[in-house]
Amino acid sequence: MRIADLFRRRSTPSGQDIAEQRLRLVLAHDRANISPGMLQILKDEIIAVISKHLDVDADKVEVNFAEDQHETRLMADIPLQSTRNRSKN
Amino acid sequence: MAGKIITITSGKGGVGKTTTTANLSMGLAILGARVICIDADIGLRNLDMMLGLENRIVYDLVNLIEGRCRFRQALIRDKRFPELHLMPAAQTRDKKDIREEDMERIARQAAEMADYVLIDSPAGIEHGFRYSTVAADQVLIVTNPEVTAVRDADRVIGLLEAEGHKNSKLIINRVKPELVRRNEMMDTSAIVDILAIDLIGIIPEDSDILFASNRGSPVVLDKNSAAGQAFREVTYRLQGQDVPFTPLKEPSLLKKLFGLR
Repeated sequence: MRIADLFRRRSTPSGQDIAEQRLRLVLAHDRANISPGMLQILKDEIIAVISKHLDVDADKVEVNFAEDQHETRLMADIPLQSTRNRSKN
Repeated sequence: MAGKIITITSGKGGVGKTTTTANLSMGLAILGARVICIDADIGLRNLDMMLGLENRIVYDLVNLIEGRCRFRQALIRDKRFPELHLMPAAQTRDKKDIREEDMERIARQAAEMADYVLIDSPAGIEHGFRYSTVAADQVLIVTNPEVTAVRDADRVIGLLEAEGHKNSKLIINRVKPELVRRNEMMDTSAIVDILAIDLIGIIPEDSDILFASNRGSPVVLDKNSAAGQAFREVTYRLQGQDVPFTPLKEPSLLKKLFGLR
């Protein structure tokens, strides 16, 4: 074992954290009744629609659920290609 | 005044529904309440063994529904607490043999004779879950600090809310304080936050529960048991007392090694 491994163990998330994160994510899908695969399809369709009007940086698009006690919301973060790049085209 | 009908359910199997039903039934009887507990897990009768009443069964819930016996005949009186009665499940029948309206009628009839009617629901979210909860004034959902059990509890909570059940409460069973301290087990506060439901009990993992089920003597009778104490606290809360949650202590080394106190 290298000395770096001793420190790495400390920085990895605990079983408790992993369990909580996985549970929150799966419950967001369960509650909204949409599977992770369907969400990917939805994400692709959102990118396709927005790309008709704007130059979307498709690789960086994130579509995820955000949960609190009262509601689940669908959060989409859709970065655009920088205008400098676009002016070159 | 009719007694309160409380159903114990969970979604996932094996999380401690029957243990909880046995202990809360007996715990309420210790406090002097008239209690009838109904084993609604048709085909997988277990509440009788937890209570140590398995040798005294003559008639069961399905016999009663089919009119083969009178209401009183389907009740087994506990020897330790004469105001505690068990209505056993049929062992060789099927959950299909019970209609929701049958269960509702029997639960209400029991509530005329008792202060509390506790119904031990089968696992799952199908027919057995529905007939077990149809008459409930309150539902207690039992879960463990495991992702699968909490996920299933969430599903049950959603179904109950859709059916108009209010004031459902959560019992988190088999909590291991030493694993929580080492950040290897989800904290009860995280589970409560995720499920967004009121907590009514935190029951520690305790070898006394196994010893108790071996003997048919629920752990709530054991004054020295941590799990017994936790179940007693739930019975006080069911009676409306505002009892603070006792912080769980890690079991002693002796207990960890040998299951001893």
